[in-house]
Amino acid sequence: MARDSEPLFSSKNLKLLTDPLNNENPITVQVLGICSALAITVKLKPAIVMTLSVMVVLAVSNVVISALRKSIPPRIRIIVQLVVIATMVILVDQFLKAFAYDVSKQLSVFVGLIITNCIIMGRLEAFAMANKPWPSFLDGIGNASGYGIILIIVAFFRELLGSGTLLGYPVLEKTGLYNIGYENNGLMILPPMALITIGIIIWVQRAKNRSLIEE
Amino acid sequence: MKALRKFVDKIKPHFEKGGKFEAFHSTFEAFETFLFVPDKVTTSGSHIRDPLDMKRTMIVVVVSLIPALLFGMWNIGYQHFLALGEQVSLWQAFWFGFVKMLPIIVVSYGVGLGIEFLFAQLRGHEVNEGFLVTGFLIPLIVPVDIPLWMLALAVAFAVIIGKEVFGGTGMNIFNPALTARAFLFFAYPAWMSGDQVWVAGLKHGLQTVDGFSGATPLAEAAAGKIDQLPSVWHMVLGTIPGSIGETSVLAILLGAFILIYTGIGSWKIMLSAFSGGLLMGLILNLFAVNPYMEIPAWEQLFLGGFAFGMVFMATDPVTSSQTETGKWIYGFLVGIMAILIRVLNPAYPEGVMLAILLMNVFAPLIDHYVVEANIKRRLKRTKVSIQ
Repeated sequence: MARDSEPLFSSKNLKLLTDPLNNENPITVQVLGICSALAITVKLKPAIVMTLSVMVVLAVSNVVISALRKSIPPRIRIIVQLVVIATMVILVDQFLKAFAYDVSKQLSVFVGLIITNCIIMGRLEAFAMANKPWPSFLDGIGNASGYGIILIIVAFFRELLGSGTLLGYPVLEKTGLYNIGYENNGLMILPPMALITIGIIIWVQRAKNRSLIEE
Repeated sequence: MKALRKFVDKIKPHFEKGGKFEAFHSTFEAFETFLFVPDKVTTSGSHIRDPLDMKRTMIVVVVSLIPALLFGMWNIGYQHFLALGEQVSLWQAFWFGFVKMLPIIVVSYGVGLGIEFLFAQLRGHEVNEGFLVTGFLIPLIVPVDIPLWMLALAVAFAVIIGKEVFGGTGMNIFNPALTARAFLFFAYPAWMSGDQVWVAGLKHGLQTVDGFSGATPLAEAAAGKIDQLPSVWHMVLGTIPGSIGETSVLAILLGAFILIYTGIGSWKIMLSAFSGGLLMGLILNLFAVNPYMEIPAWEQLFLGGFAFGMVFMATDPVTSSQTETGKWIYGFLVGIMAILIRVLNPAYPEGVMLAILLMNVFAPLIDHYVVEANIKRRLKRTKVSIQ
């Protein structure tokens, strides 16, 4: 691989990492990968594991496709991309089954469904096919973090308000809120509330960042 | 009255542009038009300005809700002392209910109007009157023992997520009062359903006389205990457990009369909703595979919140169909869905709330097709006349 003439963390490369966190967020701005954001955000732990899994899959697939980009015939590029993604997802799935069986069971089909996550295909098509491996790697990490940060925010509120715990630790019970009549909000556990929470995040983000408001 | 007008006129300049309280312009405006019919006139073009503005419209709805509210207050006391096995006078029962009811109304209005005023100030528009009715409806459709903080949360949810995000009064897709109730129903089911919540004090361990059941007739029916249903007279009068304002069909009919007489509620929606419910009841009677389905169709209309929902909720001018033909279709489907969900889905003891919310979503679609059909019909007519 030819050496990059620019430094590893040039401002252009850093933008690849930070843009997806706000201006180019895959969930709140591009509205991709919503299904998994709704399905696995009831508890914080699965959301974190899901974020890490997507990060690994996206970063590695991005690098692999970027390295192969000149030798992939354009007509079959989607198939090649899918093979790479599927391989990575199977690896992650097997890894979770071996080392984090409980979480793997909670995530159930959603690990396998990373294959169909639009964010991953989108990044491979839009970025890795046209860029060098190192920027592609950063792009993968950045987009997975942008996806993950929304997942974790949503899961944080849903677990805290819906179950009164954080990562399984009974936070609200320790504060004694239940003794004065507080009760967990059952709606937070239901999928519609994930949608509404994401909606509120989008609302807050656009109120702060006016450039995102479409006419 | 004159002194009040003078006072308002005197302080008015402070709230105009350039005055010292300019920031509170929308708050002042809201109170002024609440007290007096606005004196605004159109400056150009020929427009008719009806003095019956949104505030007057809302007030009529509030007035039509008063019979249900007064009866609800009395019924709270009546059910409570019935559970205790005590005989009390009408006024004692009413006073007990009044004391129970007051905090609920205060919280509903306080939280809702607070948020409305906040949004009006932030966005710099007039305070919308929509909450006058919503704030009155919410206390009538919750159980009496609902914890006030839950109610406050539900009202905030309904006003912010149900209304303000869509652009405020007149823009909402869902009926805000029902949004609040749906929020409570799904978030805190233990306080919104079951046998314990409908009579004041039961949830807090009130000692009842033997044989007293706090279950609503609807719950009894769902459990298949058809023989334990109260008589039709009790259901029409409303001396049964239930959400505060929904029990008395008589009080609701009085409200319906006011709404129809003043032309504010659509009689088409009410009529078609009741006939839809009746038809679905008859269809269920035909199959009648369980005791619940055997309840006479007309009796279904007295059960639960059907009458209240159809008269006060389904007719909401914002969330129902706007076209005249659409109103017939909309109301009819609300009635059908309400009975369908109620009887055939064991998870939801009352289908009225979900039926109305569901049809709120479809109301614009119904309107769209009615308008399209009208355009097509007229186009056809012109073609024929040209030839």
